[in-house]
Amino acid sequence: MATLVYINSRNGLAKNSLEAVTYAKKLGSDVMVVTAGNADEAMLATLGEYGASKVMVDRSVATDDSQQLTRLITTAAEAVGADTIIFSHDFVAKAVAPRLSVRLKAGLISGAIDLPSGDSVKVNVFSGKAFGNVKISAGKKIISLLPNSIQPEGGGSACSVEDFNGNVGDSRIKLLETKKPEGEIPLPEAELVVSAGRGLKGPENWGMVEDLATVLGAATACSRPVADIGWRPHHEHVGQTGVAIRPNLYIAAGISGAIQHLAGVNGSKVIVVINTDGEAPFFKAADYGILGDAFEVLPRLTEAVKKFKASN
Amino acid sequence: MKILVCISKSPDTTSKIAFTDGNTKFDENGVQYIVNPYDEWYALVRALELKEANGGTVTTITVGTAADDSVIRKALAIGADDAVRIDAEPTDAYFTAMQIAEHAKAGGYDLVLAGKETINYNGSQVGGMIAEAMDLPFISLASKMDVNGSTVTLETEILGGVQILEADMPLVISCAKGMAEQRIPNMRGIMAARTKPLNVVAPAAIEALTSYESYTLPEAKSACKMIDPENMDELVALLHNEAKVI
Ligand SMILES: Cc1cc2nc3c(=O)[nH]c(=O)nc-3n(C[C@H](O)[C@H](O)[C@H](O)COP(=O)(O)OP(=O)(O)OC[C@H]3O[C@@H](n4cnc5c(N)ncnc54)[C@H](O)[C@@H]3O)c2cc1C
Ligand SMILES: Nc1ncnc2c1ncn2[C@@H]1O[C@H](COP(=O)(O)O)[C@@H](O)[C@H]1O
Repeated sequence: MATLVYINSRNGLAKNSLEAVTYAKKLGSDVMVVTAGNADEAMLATLGEYGASKVMVDRSVATDDSQQLTRLITTAAEAVGADTIIFSHDFVAKAVAPRLSVRLKAGLISGAIDLPSGDSVKVNVFSGKAFGNVKISAGKKIISLLPNSIQPEGGGSACSVEDFNGNVGDSRIKLLETKKPEGEIPLPEAELVVSAGRGLKGPENWGMVEDLATVLGAATACSRPVADIGWRPHHEHVGQTGVAIRPNLYIAAGISGAIQHLAGVNGSKVIVVINTDGEAPFFKAADYGILGDAFEVLPRLTEAVKKFKASN
Repeated sequence: MKILVCISKSPDTTSKIAFTDGNTKFDENGVQYIVNPYDEWYALVRALELKEANGGTVTTITVGTAADDSVIRKALAIGADDAVRIDAEPTDAYFTAMQIAEHAKAGGYDLVLAGKETINYNGSQVGGMIAEAMDLPFISLASKMDVNGSTVTLETEILGGVQILEADMPLVISCAKGMAEQRIPNMRGIMAARTKPLNVVAPAAIEALTSYESYTLPEAKSACKMIDPENMDELVALLHNEAKVI
């Protein structure tokens, strides 16, 4: 039996793709990859370094239409005799993996954060406030891995890349436009995040948040009220009703740390909290705390990071 | 236009999360259930706005037991016309979605709306599963939706941006932030909801594909290390040497 990994390669190979291949390799079976992007052959061949023995690419699929991708993955799974399919739990997987589960009658575990232990897999539940161990009773399995849950492990050698006809049929969805802000680091992918809340008093004060993010190479985020009042764009809102992130470092300035905010960031490896109120609940979830005024601390931290970068 | 909105319940967002029976069951003691925020604020309210603009009906559907009726009445109070409850414990997303699809197939709905995810299990599974079972296109994580004749235009969240998509009804859509503003039910709505039809139907024979074996709570964080606000060089050194994140 083989393990099939679906990779979203429309914009090249992201780190979460390497994580998914590494995860599949660790399951022990032969690993095949299927993708529908326009990434070039040499780039796709590097997936071999992470454990893939073959990459199958269907270049005829123009969009992320979940019906077409479900047909593609079904055709590929039959071709290689896969009983397990791995996704990275991104926006494409959220649309495709559930469809595939119904089509293959395969049990779906979404948001896995670890390798299987016995016959169950650990996932985040209750918005990161607890973990669940899910077991699949069906013969076929689909696991959608939460980004930043395991480290990619390279070291192997390049693999073959083959053109593949996934019999995807026509799309019933028309893509009219894609809008992406230039040069920004997409929040769900960012390893470092600088975030701020209502404590910053107004949108005109975000310069110091952006300055720190720039010197760190971090993405920016915000609390919900800040997005709701329109100080910051909606895609920056993290938390229970916004984006859930798992960066290595989350710096929160002027955010109280309400339970709904924590729900989106408590998967962060290290949390730094800057707040004038020593009673702010966020300090309980923090690794490092600074009891102080963000208007003074943020510029000072930016200077300290600059100094560190210059001498390292 | 006929719209079906999938409504699930979730614990109030401030609920204390605990487990019983050897960590195999969610402890419902003292837990208040609310309409899952994505289903209420986004899917249901946008459905009502579309109905107000174009005419038609909004029906809610829930897979659940009689214990869910109060949450269903809340959705009716906000303005849905009628509700369907499939009388079964929603054992997993597959079971839930197949039950809903079974009902929706016969209903002639133009739009089937689900929330982006339930905030207890965070699966993001049910909407896509319904779409596959009904062989309909699925547009996920929609943050805007407009209807023009039989065509729907949607804005959806993608990595670091948005896409504008167009498709013809019937369609299945999962709704995320941006779709609509929260509506607080008024007294008239609450009174009217008491007499709106809530049709309880028997479940179809479907077997779940997954099950939750047990739960664990995250380990308590060790105490937060306080840093002198004057000394950011120390913080940078700690982030580099101790935490190893920069
Ligand atoms: C169903 C539901 C879902 C929700 N979902 C989310 C969600 O997804 N994400 C989210 O963020 N919230 C969410 N909320 C809202 C949440 O409960 C809080 O209201 C919100 O997170 C508070 O935002 P804040 O910390 O920016 O503002 P505040 O609570 O106003 O906190 C501001 C903080 O800044 C500090 N401060 C003030 N001045 C300074 C200064 N000069 N320097 C440093 N610190 C300073 C204050 O001490 C305070 O702690 C949700 C609420 C509900 C009911
Ligand atoms: N028991 C249920 N009854 C009706 N709809 C549900 C149920 N569970 C989930 N849904 C719908 O499916 C969406 C996604 O749920 P999930 O896949 O569990 O994250 C929710 O936002 C609801 O709209």
